[in-house]
Amino acid sequence: MEKLTVVEGVAVPLERANVDTDQIIPAEFLKRVTKTGFDDALFFAWRQDPDFVLNDPAFQNPAVLIAGPDFGTGSSREHAVWALRDYGFRAVVSPRFGDIFRGNSGKQGLLTAQVEEADVEAMWALIRAEPGVSASVDLIEKTVTVGTLTVDFEIDDYTRWRLLEGLDDIGLTLRDEPRITEFETSRETWRPRTLPAQ
Amino acid sequence: MGKTLAEKVWDDHVVAKGSDGAPDLLYIDLHLVHEVTSPQAFDGLRMAGRPVRRPDLTIATEDHNTPTLNITQQIADPVSRTQIETLRKNCAEFGIRLHPLGDKDQGIVHVVGPQLGLTMPGITVVCGDSHTSTHGAFGAMAFGIGTSEVEHVLATQTLPLKPFKTMAITVEGELRDGVTAKDVILAVIAKIGTGGGQGYVLEYRGSTIRSLSMEGRMTICNMSIEAGARAGMVAPDQTTYDYLEGRPHAPKGVDWDAAVAYWNTLATDDDAVFDAEVFLDAGELEPFVTWGTNPGQGVLLSDSIPDPASFADPNEEASARRALEYMDLAAGTRMKDIRVDAVFMGSCTNSRIEDLRAFASVIKGKKKADGVRVMVVPGSARVRLEAEAEGIDKIVEEFGAEWRFAGCSMCLGMNPDQLAPGERCASTSNRNFEGRQGKGGRTHLVSPLVAAATAVRGTLSGPWDLDSSADLVAEGA
Ligand code: SF4
Repeated sequence: MEKLTVVEGVAVPLERANVDTDQIIPAEFLKRVTKTGFDDALFFAWRQDPDFVLNDPAFQNPAVLIAGPDFGTGSSREHAVWALRDYGFRAVVSPRFGDIFRGNSGKQGLLTAQVEEADVEAMWALIRAEPGVSASVDLIEKTVTVGTLTVDFEIDDYTRWRLLEGLDDIGLTLRDEPRITEFETSRETWRPRTLPAQ
Repeated sequence: MGKTLAEKVWDDHVVAKGSDGAPDLLYIDLHLVHEVTSPQAFDGLRMAGRPVRRPDLTIATEDHNTPTLNITQQIADPVSRTQIETLRKNCAEFGIRLHPLGDKDQGIVHVVGPQLGLTMPGITVVCGDSHTSTHGAFGAMAFGIGTSEVEHVLATQTLPLKPFKTMAITVEGELRDGVTAKDVILAVIAKIGTGGGQGYVLEYRGSTIRSLSMEGRMTICNMSIEAGARAGMVAPDQTTYDYLEGRPHAPKGVDWDAAVAYWNTLATDDDAVFDAEVFLDAGELEPFVTWGTNPGQGVLLSDSIPDPASFADPNEEASARRALEYMDLAAGTRMKDIRVDAVFMGSCTNSRIEDLRAFASVIKGKKKADGVRVMVVPGSARVRLEAEAEGIDKIVEEFGAEWRFAGCSMCLGMNPDQLAPGERCASTSNRNFEGRQGKGGRTHLVSPLVAAATAVRGTLSGPWDLDSSADLVAEGA
């Protein structure tokens, strides 16, 4: 996982509340065998509508999603995070997140910035006035800036630390790598080995 | 204070002790892999540029998606085929030993590990499959994990985990003829409920468990998950060692001696304290069958379907009503009056050689009931060969049943072996969930002996229903 300090890029307003993970990525895509390449699946149903915001030429190659409250509720599928990430999003801003979604995001390097509901509406208004405007999400300062507006966001210290250090679950464990190696040196010879095949 | 079996195995695998409520980092001795839960784990490694840390502690087989007929032909379903092909590619790329369809060591992952002698006492075993609990029969700490954890183990050979609580399930007494390990575990689940084991590792103890073969112990540990537990364990003893000794990957020579000396220290200390305890009298048990859509909804074969109104808990009452509607059954119906369309003899619960022998002993020289489809599916290619060497395939075919190649088969509706909507099946597998054996299919969980007797009569039956009147009296007692 890459270290993350500031996310900068086109901000997309998703002017809806209660966007559950089934909307982020429908179940039919869960049959795939890869962990990448889910960009085509993101908001699949909504993207069939030519007026959907991601179909607007002003919002191509976006990096920051600015959504209504209760983003990422519902099914625990990690695919929701993969789809957002594969599409290019590195940060999602919302007044409230589904718990499991927020947990999954932290593990996969997607920043979830929690802000006041009024701030989200103010950001939407700014973007409406200037579609394609850039946003900047600063994890060190814990601020979101859209045009002239800068607001504070909330994120728990542990997740923030992991994102700043670029540590996924495995990366965290591998900080203990010397201890794993040491453990292995004292592993008894009778314990099972699958190789070579016998 | 003394320690339990589970605590001893756990403590011997702690790489780093978690403080302030953080999990322990636990070393994993054996990682079993199959096609369904591994693809994204391998892809995650690829994305991060990480290798598999210990290919020599990892082994893969193909079981869930594989057909049990025409195994040399291409798999018809594209999703299944892709999963299988992906596993083959991943194993080649990351240097993992794979037993593909057609190989002599292919089979259900939980049958393959013990058969190769890889599953042994005092080790930790994980697999991206909930029935990994099966391996606990050897006195191993064995539990199922999710795909992210599969990736974690592949990359680090460890898992961050919080210790489980411990529950003793003590079964005392002698099992009557015709009553098996499957009946014991179905009775345990009916007693403690499908959530009763949540957060616990169950240790099965007592004279009944000690007298069981390894196959029987595996059947019991296998279904620990159906009681909500992460793992089930049985302390290793001479039965365990006799089963293990001489298997391809079992320790040899001085290693064997060192291992046995260590394994003999694993039994729960006399002064150890369990977080919970349950007792069962084996002498009271009869063949057990399920009537509903979770494994806790079961009764004695000689009983009738309970009235949902008789459940004290309103949730259980509602779930019983829903289950009866799905199963198309009425309260008060005698279990033995229930007619089936199919009998499935297989799955990681009951597809080892001893299970097949039990099944064959009942059907030998008989013909199956008209209109009932009977499938017999060995748990692994080796079990199949062993059974054929004993002539079990002939007994099965003369009975009018289908003798198949190894795999999960009709245990779950993922491969071509499925029930049609509305079909009713007596199944030796472990889950009777709605649609588990095929969309709209109806499952009654039974032991191999009950499966066999049911295949003979066409209605849910026990071996006592086929034998002398003396045995029938015993059943009524
Ligand atoms: S036989 Fe059934 S329960 Fe066992 S691993 Fe296969 S699908 Fe799972």
